Amino acid sequence: MTEILSVSKLNKKFGGVTVANDIDFTLHAGTMHCLIGPNGAGKSTFFRLILGEHAPDSGTILFRGADITRLRSFERIRRGISVKFQVPGIFKALSVRQNLDVAFQHHLHGHNLSSTVKRVVEFTNLEAEVETPAGALSHGQQQWLEIGMAVGVEPTLLLLDEPTAGMSPDETRKTGEMLHDLNQRGITILAVEHDMAFVEQIATQVTVLHFGRIFAEGTIAEIIDHPGVQEIYLGGSDE
Amino acid sequence: MDRPDTPHTDEPLVAETQMERRSALAIWISRLEGPQTMGRGPVFWATAALVVLAAILYPLFSNPFAVGNSAYFMVWTFMAMGLGVVWGYTGALSFGQTAFFGLAGYAYGVLTINFGAAYGFTWIALAISVALGGLFAMLIGYFMFYGRIKGVFVGIVTLSVTLVLETFMAQTAGPQWRIGEARLNGFNGMSGMPPLTIPWPGDAIVLYPGVGLYYVLLAMVVLCYLGLRMLLNAPFGNVLVAIRENPERAEMLGYDTRAYQMLSFALGGALAGLSGALYTAWGQYITPSSMGLTAAALPIVWVAVGGRRDITATLLGTLAVLFAFQSLTVYGSQYALIVMGALLLFTVLLTPDGLIATAMRWLGRTFGGAKR
Ligand SMILES: Nc1ncnc2c1ncn2[C@@H]1O[C@H](COP(=O)(O)OP(=O)(O)OP(=O)(O)O)[C@@H](O)[C@H]1O
Ligand SMILES: [Mg+2]
Repeated sequence: MTEILSVSKLNKKFGGVTVANDIDFTLHAGTMHCLIGPNGAGKSTFFRLILGEHAPDSGTILFRGADITRLRSFERIRRGISVKFQVPGIFKALSVRQNLDVAFQHHLHGHNLSSTVKRVVEFTNLEAEVETPAGALSHGQQQWLEIGMAVGVEPTLLLLDEPTAGMSPDETRKTGEMLHDLNQRGITILAVEHDMAFVEQIATQVTVLHFGRIFAEGTIAEIIDHPGVQEIYLGGSDE
Repeated sequence: MDRPDTPHTDEPLVAETQMERRSALAIWISRLEGPQTMGRGPVFWATAALVVLAAILYPLFSNPFAVGNSAYFMVWTFMAMGLGVVWGYTGALSFGQTAFFGLAGYAYGVLTINFGAAYGFTWIALAISVALGGLFAMLIGYFMFYGRIKGVFVGIVTLSVTLVLETFMAQTAGPQWRIGEARLNGFNGMSGMPPLTIPWPGDAIVLYPGVGLYYVLLAMVVLCYLGLRMLLNAPFGNVLVAIRENPERAEMLGYDTRAYQMLSFALGGALAGLSGALYTAWGQYITPSSMGLTAAALPIVWVAVGGRRDITATLLGTLAVLFAFQSLTVYGSQYALIVMGALLLFTVLLTPDGLIATAMRWLGRTFGGAKR
């Protein structure tokens, strides 16, 4: 299998706090991979390092074989990465339609743009809210809107930070189905998730992050049986 | 939630297929209306046409002095609309649009004093001055946005730039401060440059403040307003607003946000430059105080009072405030400034979206859909 993302010896400190500690991580093209770990483990920070929102202190990030460590965020995105953040990153004063227009307009135009917007509006179930300012949507709807913004561009690599937070079990299951569907179409997915049932539903491979370090890696069954993993989740975050 | 895997339900809407077949020109014209500008539909455009018609007929029912004075108001609207783009649409509060105004104003003076007004050169000088205003803004914008300066610091940097320019120009009184024939003349300012002049077989038309200049400016205001509407409703405008709302997210959708901010700032600078060069041509006069603190604060009042997030509100608000300001100046200019300050405070506290913008929204609601 080809490597779509490979991170090596990635380090990052905020003041005295190490949030990425010699991270070596490989993601294979076409997989669905979950990143788990206790609160404050550095999962979101790891995403922000991949996306270039934070510059690493050392280490390299390769995307589809090219070194992107020094690229600016928008350049990385343009190479085929898209992201849904933990806190909904939408444009609150803009309508749902405008949010989607902005998300897609740099590679879709005219009819292709409007039909993609229409399709995304349908599958996110926001038909009645197309002209509503995004800030007036419920938290769950904002979540869907952002997922729609992230998937509508059909990226090569989709990063999802807690996609199901605040969703009902039913919605969670449907999100899982949607991700499988996207994956079938060749999109590689890396998701941060707390809900182990959801992780089981979507992921083939799981990586556990703890204190900014890769703590364990394996299939979902291996991770569930891993004694150390149970300990860090059950025993709080004291190492 | 619907199942997501319905990839080809994309029956095109009729309007969309027509859109596809339209020419580039038709697409741009369709952008006269859009999500980033208030006002749409026949009622809005009929009202707009009536306003323009009234403006065209106005000189027939007025005296030359009042007409020249109205031309003077229109001179400032370009700087205001530019600030609307930079502040209202892109979210960067510039306190120093007068830097670009002043630079272009002096440039027009230097160029026309040296090269005269023959062969339509005043228009070339106008274009060069506008370009200089835009380029200077692009340079300042480059350092600010690529240097990750944001929020209130944009205001501080831009204010510093305009005050530095004012101070510099104020000390150019000596005879050594000349560019070719043009004496900069320090605090007293530069004068004696020719007004805009249209070459004409026989006798060139010199646009002194009066009816001719009024019509030229009216045409420029209308064109600039319509052009900005199209630009703001184009993908470019959508991105500017997205940057105002959430710059990190805009970057994470693949936009070079710094470049967009810089270009928006350059556009604002060019429009301020247009006002500056037109001001100099109008009064044949420019002084360093046009870049001073008071001058720098006024555009913020115009734009905030009208409504910074809508170009129509910005334009109408600017004209209204300028008219009010001048009417008050009769009672003393300090007094007028205090009223301006109170007006700004009143707006910020009671109608943060601006008086005109709030009124337009109310009209839109009351007369259902005619205006947004
Ligand atoms: N910009 C920042 N500056 C300083 N410290 C930060 C910054 N961002 C994150 N941190 C710290 O880095 C650590 C890791 O945070 P991060 O958000 O990556 O954790 P997480 O694994 O995503 O947690 P959660 O499950 O709660 O989302 C935390 O201790 C956090 O306080
Ligand atoms: Mg997190």
